[in-house]
Amino acid sequence: MSVVKEHYKMEKFPSNDVMLDLENLKKVYPTPKGDYVVLENLDLQIRKEEFITIIGHSGCGKTTMLSMIAGLNPISDGKIKVLGSSIKGPGPDRGVIFQSPSLMPWLTTFENVMLGVKKAYPDATKKQKEDICKYYLHKVGMDSSLNKRASEISQGEQQRVGIARAFAIKPKVLLLDEPFGMLDSLTRGQLQDVLIDVWNKEKITAVMITHDVDEAIFLADRVVMMTSGPSAKIGDVLAIDFERPRSRKAILEHDDYYKYRKHLIDFLEH
Amino acid sequence: MKDSIIKVIRFIGFGFLEPLIRLISGEETKKNTKETFNKIGAPILSIFAFLLLWNIGANSLYNSLADSKIEKAREVGGDAEAERIKNIIISAKDKLDGQFIISDDIEDLKKLSEANIHAVALKNDKGTYDINYGLSSDEKKEVPVTLPSPKQTKNAFYTLWVDYKIVRADKKAFKEKTAKLNEQRVADGKNAIVYTGRPSFVDQVVTSLKTVFAGFLLALLIAVPIGIITGLSPTLRTSVNWIIQIFKPVSPVVWLLLVTMIVTTLLRNSEGDSSFIISFISVGLCSMWATLVNTAMGVASVDTDYINVAKVLKLGNFQKIFKVILPASLPLIFTGLRITLSVAWMVLIAIELLAQSPGLGSFVWEEFQNGANDSNAKIIVAMFIIGLIGFALDRIMLFIQNLISFEKETI
Repeated sequence: MSVVKEHYKMEKFPSNDVMLDLENLKKVYPTPKGDYVVLENLDLQIRKEEFITIIGHSGCGKTTMLSMIAGLNPISDGKIKVLGSSIKGPGPDRGVIFQSPSLMPWLTTFENVMLGVKKAYPDATKKQKEDICKYYLHKVGMDSSLNKRASEISQGEQQRVGIARAFAIKPKVLLLDEPFGMLDSLTRGQLQDVLIDVWNKEKITAVMITHDVDEAIFLADRVVMMTSGPSAKIGDVLAIDFERPRSRKAILEHDDYYKYRKHLIDFLEH
Repeated sequence: MKDSIIKVIRFIGFGFLEPLIRLISGEETKKNTKETFNKIGAPILSIFAFLLLWNIGANSLYNSLADSKIEKAREVGGDAEAERIKNIIISAKDKLDGQFIISDDIEDLKKLSEANIHAVALKNDKGTYDINYGLSSDEKKEVPVTLPSPKQTKNAFYTLWVDYKIVRADKKAFKEKTAKLNEQRVADGKNAIVYTGRPSFVDQVVTSLKTVFAGFLLALLIAVPIGIITGLSPTLRTSVNWIIQIFKPVSPVVWLLLVTMIVTTLLRNSEGDSSFIISFISVGLCSMWATLVNTAMGVASVDTDYINVAKVLKLGNFQKIFKVILPASLPLIFTGLRITLSVAWMVLIAIELLAQSPGLGSFVWEEFQNGANDSNAKIIVAMFIIGLIGFALDRIMLFIQNLISFEKETI
């Protein structure tokens, strides 16, 4: 096993294997001093059931890209395709976990998850919907707090509920915008395990922004590095060839780990 | 136990009692003594200071008016007349500031001739009271009428209280007397005879509260839905903004005239008294603007995180409004409603006064027109009652807000 360095533009996958396809993506914000180009010529293909982490300097446009994929931010030029068809606004095929948990503080954890479930499974019976909510809240270890208001639980717990809410609507693609950025490192580790655990079972495509190099390596099949803005694009892609399921300890002891790490840090420091 | 008491008193808006409870339970004596003084002792001291200043001010006004009366008497009737008037005024002052006695003992009547008795409310055969004022007819004629002192105001309060009991007993007697007749009338398909006697002060307060609640409800029913709709749609917001900006500062009096124009036209054929309808609609229209503006602002400025979640989850409009937007804007809506209620209460008095509809406003106006010895004191009583009720209404709103809103506010 060795560090595989691939220049992204070289790599194209067979179209039946591609879940998410960004083609020539561009984002321009008009400012009084003229247009500000955030993203330009951005191409990226993400395969089905792949876990992608995205790293890059602050302000390079990672979040802009993710919110464009989510459909929350209009596209200036280019295309975003999910399973071959262009997206039009937000959709239930793309779940989002935000940086702040963004739970409705006036609803209980259960009701927060139910909010999306009701919409995603319109034909299910009440019992089935409740079971779905309970299942995912159980998966993230929140069984005991079903009836607590979101404002009464800790931020780490809130983000657990955020994960449950995102998975419960059965998205094809899960978009994560630095979901653990606001948590302490111990909680962050726990939540990474929770996330990977649920992701392993659901086998969906995940795209996650992170600032944490170790997190990027531990979670990803491929780490996507973005160049600094303006006109940011994909700078490099690094495939992580550790077998799954991964244990944090085994990875830290693995020889390749430090090569991967050095590769990413070299990229960020240039 | 102690913690749950503190939780409850905080919840009902009596948080200022907290340090006292902690002090009684022997917790951090030094800190809580200081806190108790800050939260309870200092306000009480300021109340005494207020009463003292009031007393000094009222007495100096009384004395200056008395002096000019005495001087006038001297011009007319010489020193003897001046001396007579002076004595009358002095004894009248003592009686005005004197005791108010509620009693069923005939002996108390005799005290009337003694000094320092303001009035005696004496229980009569009918179970109600007869009020006898301590002032002689000379004293009533010569006493200077100006800003009443705190003691006079206290006596006026007792007078109003006894008067309430009299009217209540009167009503009860009326009901008993007409019960049979009314039964007969209703059976014959006629309207029952209702009590048309003079309302007591408490009746006026109740009427005013009814009017203000009707007006508040009207404001709520108009302002909240319109606020939500305009908050949701920027187009609507800009299209109705001019209405809000122009009509918001319009004076209550003008609203009253406008409402009177419309209501009297619409109700020209009905027999009932339209003054209640006019006053509550005017109150509603005057007071709804704060809620309208706050609701629109609250709805328009919901945290984008919540809106994004609603978008990502693809919530329908109904779910989006009732599960996300409304709960998120509830704190601002409630702030608007609190302002609306206090404005409603404030303009109510003026509107009742002008519309001649029954209530505290007309009570104040009638007392002012009346010009009896204790009329001014009754007006001051009404002023305090109005203030206290306004304060209580605000506390009730805060309580409800804490009950249903996710953000806890304690102002």
